[in-house]
Amino acid sequence: MARMARKDIGEIRGIIARAKRLDVIFGVVGVLALGLGLLTFATLFVDMALDGYSRLTPDFFTEFPSRHAERAGILSAWVGTTLVMLVTACVAVPLSVAAGIYLEEYAPRNWITDIIEINIANLAGVPSIIYGLLALGLFVYEFNLGQSILTAGLTLALLILPVVIVATREAIRSIPSHIREGAYALGATKWQVVQHHILPYSMGGIMTGVIIGMARAIGETAPIITIGALTFIAFLPASPVTGTFPFLSFEWLQSPFTVMPIQIFNWTSRPDPNFHANAAAAGFVLVLMTLIMNGLAIWLRYRIRRNIKW
Amino acid sequence: MAEPKPALDTLPLKARASALDFYYGDFQALKKIDMPIYEKRVTALIGPSGCGKSTFLRCFNRMHDLYPGNRYVGEISLHPDNVNLLDKSVDPIEVRMRLSMVFQKPNPFPKTIFENVAYGLRVRGVNRRAVLEEKVEEALRAAALWNEVKDRLQDMAFNLSGGQQQRLCIARALATEPEILLFDEPTSALDPIATASIEELITELKQRVTILIVTHNMQQAARVSDFTAYMYIGELVEFGWTDDIFIKPKNPQTEAYITGRFG
Repeated sequence: MARMARKDIGEIRGIIARAKRLDVIFGVVGVLALGLGLLTFATLFVDMALDGYSRLTPDFFTEFPSRHAERAGILSAWVGTTLVMLVTACVAVPLSVAAGIYLEEYAPRNWITDIIEINIANLAGVPSIIYGLLALGLFVYEFNLGQSILTAGLTLALLILPVVIVATREAIRSIPSHIREGAYALGATKWQVVQHHILPYSMGGIMTGVIIGMARAIGETAPIITIGALTFIAFLPASPVTGTFPFLSFEWLQSPFTVMPIQIFNWTSRPDPNFHANAAAAGFVLVLMTLIMNGLAIWLRYRIRRNIKW
Repeated sequence: MAEPKPALDTLPLKARASALDFYYGDFQALKKIDMPIYEKRVTALIGPSGCGKSTFLRCFNRMHDLYPGNRYVGEISLHPDNVNLLDKSVDPIEVRMRLSMVFQKPNPFPKTIFENVAYGLRVRGVNRRAVLEEKVEEALRAAALWNEVKDRLQDMAFNLSGGQQQRLCIARALATEPEILLFDEPTSALDPIATASIEELITELKQRVTILIVTHNMQQAARVSDFTAYMYIGELVEFGWTDDIFIKPKNPQTEAYITGRFG
């Protein structure tokens, strides 16, 4: 070396060592925090799996609930949950995507828009039981939709609306303005820009938001109890496909129903410990459904993002 | 240049800005701009950052209409039909269909090479495969990109290099046969080799289209343009033949900027 180390080099190294110590401390704290969350979830999941393991047979999925714990199954619960989720998705997706696009691309910047935005942020924080009360008053009594799958689907759609709107807006905002300007500069109208660019490029983010919203809705119990889902139900809704013209029936929308969390709640509140095993098994299935939905969200986002770069 | 320059009033005019003011809200970004744009010539806009050259360029295709609070006063008339591009009764979409723009950062859409070039035509309702293929090839040839991409038109555009992406954007702008091609610092995100190929392309393109280019690079203005306009804080300081501006500028401010004593 042409020049020897400067005389304060020891001091500089001391400063670096101290700064790096903070790095290590934060790393350890971060791992601990993460581990705590993961461990809690893993414990719950494994505990449920062990408790309910003996009940996880094919019959469990094809039997109605019963007075005898060992004969009871979750058929009406999982069918009910699936149908309610279907209604929720069909209502929530178009409404929130349209709302998100309007707010990002069309809404003028003024106080009305500001009020709408504040409202959406607040809606996300409203306790779910309040949605249940609203649905009871509005859908059940005012619109006479009954204590039906339709009512439950609409209620949960309202519940996840703010989540999906926020996800849609964030996905749209992540599209750089120079891509938008490029399309406008070629003479595209607002709708052409939305249809050809905004929607396709934000689809990954929107789908992720939808699925995360659905994963939240699938576990909701309070609003569903409020609108009066049954806790014991031993029949299925009418089939959506029929043998006669027009081969589609919407009678199932008006059918009474139960959902997974209510079935779990029902079994947990019984004194017989055999029912607790049923509850654990159903809980395991419900968590699995949520995990699969989240996995799907991650996979979809990856697939769609792969073809988009700027 | 050795050959004598024709008198300015004998040159055909493509557009003229007259008494043009522009406001971002309350801030006046352009002040009383009067400037001719001559047909099938390259006109360069130079000046220090914030002088309003990009703002001026973006008036031509009404890009400012995309954002609230922007206001034009005065006019930009487009010849030969003498329509005022800035008039409220003129639809900005119609203006953008007549004038094309190439941006500072290459901005291909995340679609295939073919669909990028075809997009302007699709917006105009052209969907016949044969017509699209013909126009896309013609535009890619004009942008000197055809030989590099002809075997992979269905590849995603972002797989191209930066310089290729910018030529793709030029092809996309050319495919709709614009009357004026607007360039907003088209080489500022490119390396010197890609820059040279874009500059060469601009020189070739003036055979077919009128070009207005904003550049922060004075050598680039000197190399590619026939006319140069020097702007400073929203005003047009000097306009003239490029070699006049660079060799014997009339205004001392222009001279200070060009010789690098200022800016």
